[in-house]
Amino acid sequence: MKLTNEEQSMLQGENGKAVQKAMQILATLGKIYHAECLIPVTSVQVAGVSYDNLGEAGLEFLEEMVEGGGKARVLSTLNPAGMDISNWEALGIDSTFAHNQQRVIDAYTRMGIIPSCTCTPYLAGNLPHFGEHIAWAESSAVCFANSVLGARTNRDGGPSALASALTGRTPAYGYHLEENRQPELTVHVTQPDFSPLSVNNTWWFGALGKAIGLRFEGNDEQKILYITGIHLATMEDLKAFSASLATYCGAALFHMHGITPEASSVPQPSIDIKVSDEEIEEASLSMQTASAADVDFISLGCPHLSINEISHLAKLLEEKKVVREFWITTARSTKEIADRAGYTKSIEASGAKLVADTCCVVAPIKNRFHAMATDSAKACYYGSSKNAQLTRFLPFEQVIQLALIPPDNEKNQ
Amino acid sequence: MIIHGRSIHPGYIEGITLVTPMKISFYGGIDPENGMVLENGHSLFGQSIAGKILIFPTGKGSTVGSYTLYRLSKNGAAPLAIINSECEPITAIGCILGNIPCMDQVSLDRFCTGMKLKVDTNQAIIHMLEEIF
Repeated sequence: MKLTNEEQSMLQGENGKAVQKAMQILATLGKIYHAECLIPVTSVQVAGVSYDNLGEAGLEFLEEMVEGGGKARVLSTLNPAGMDISNWEALGIDSTFAHNQQRVIDAYTRMGIIPSCTCTPYLAGNLPHFGEHIAWAESSAVCFANSVLGARTNRDGGPSALASALTGRTPAYGYHLEENRQPELTVHVTQPDFSPLSVNNTWWFGALGKAIGLRFEGNDEQKILYITGIHLATMEDLKAFSASLATYCGAALFHMHGITPEASSVPQPSIDIKVSDEEIEEASLSMQTASAADVDFISLGCPHLSINEISHLAKLLEEKKVVREFWITTARSTKEIADRAGYTKSIEASGAKLVADTCCVVAPIKNRFHAMATDSAKACYYGSSKNAQLTRFLPFEQVIQLALIPPDNEKNQ
Repeated sequence: MIIHGRSIHPGYIEGITLVTPMKISFYGGIDPENGMVLENGHSLFGQSIAGKILIFPTGKGSTVGSYTLYRLSKNGAAPLAIINSECEPITAIGCILGNIPCMDQVSLDRFCTGMKLKVDTNQAIIHMLEEIF
């Protein structure tokens, strides 16, 4: 791979040890993927933030990078942490974990990475434009950025995204190159008759992502899909779909006819499949491993909720009392708008918790809850695999309804 | 006998091989304290990769696995070197973080556990010294 003089000097350690290590990572990735050169990036999303995932090893590495003089050269934001940074006691997080989580946030902050702590950076000040080269980790955000925004990124891991932040570069391979963004398979679906104002459709889009994933189970090679039959999709629907398709299909990019920006300029593949309503129903049923009475944890906000979703939720919780542990997770900046609009007050008066910086996937909640209800297909995957939870997968409003019914009233359901 | 490959992370070591035909997930699959293989059903289950020339086809699993290699290295329980048929980013980045010599594009069927090798990952050359079974 060809390096410029500036990149060579970074590799030789002239800009400090952290930059040298970062450049070693990028040069090696470039070699593995046969990149011709490095290209500049203007936006980075760094993952590997929750102490629950990172552990002491990851934290030690970050502190070594701080000592080595690492500083972000481009706009760089952070994935969710394992707790609400300013309100962790309310979530039952222990103080040792909180201390270590704070060390992680401090290390990133000292490197100039903005501690936004959200998986939806595009809703919190990191919004790349069409065609922009970026280096993002966080699989749901990668899929959203490539597909919905038309920006260009590979599925970076935590260390490679950090390396891009500290150097402002990424190897030119994969989804950065036009020829690797062409769709290979058409997927026909039939969208139900949606109300455009409903917040309940995220559930259907999540189930669709899993249904497509089940079609390709066991296939190592990930095809770029061209999806037809979707007439109406909100930003929230596409957020849910990106998360689900990334989780169940490993997808980093899809095209959706009439919806995503590259769909009109790429050829629709002649090889096609149909994903039926029955398959979507089956995918949905596969995430119903808990009965309503089992549910002891309710979670909305995977990916982090938008202010629009929170405003609906606040209305539905007004003057109600929730009777089960209920976390509503979002970005700090979105929560502050919710505070000002009075939504937080309605939500908290109901007994639900409006939580910033974290989510049900990365918080250390294994063995705390037995069964989770959610509208998120991604949360169902990590709930059952990482946190050993049963799951109940429901539309947004039904998730809220469930929070209001005492488990005892449902024993016979 | 000399075998050529591709350099992933430079280094120069001599040691004894530990070989598996199975992929390795470092996150969850290896104990970061002592290098023991924890993955149920793995051919190396219950053995330690510490201080060995670890030879396996390629990595798998979570990208957090790179940090496991770093932690093994900090704990003095890292492999001496890693040889893959096809290296992927989790292993490659882990070797960079933990400063573990690594090379790939080597046909693995020539190796079995217990061989003595001299590995020069700068030049991407493996010298087979002797076989001790």
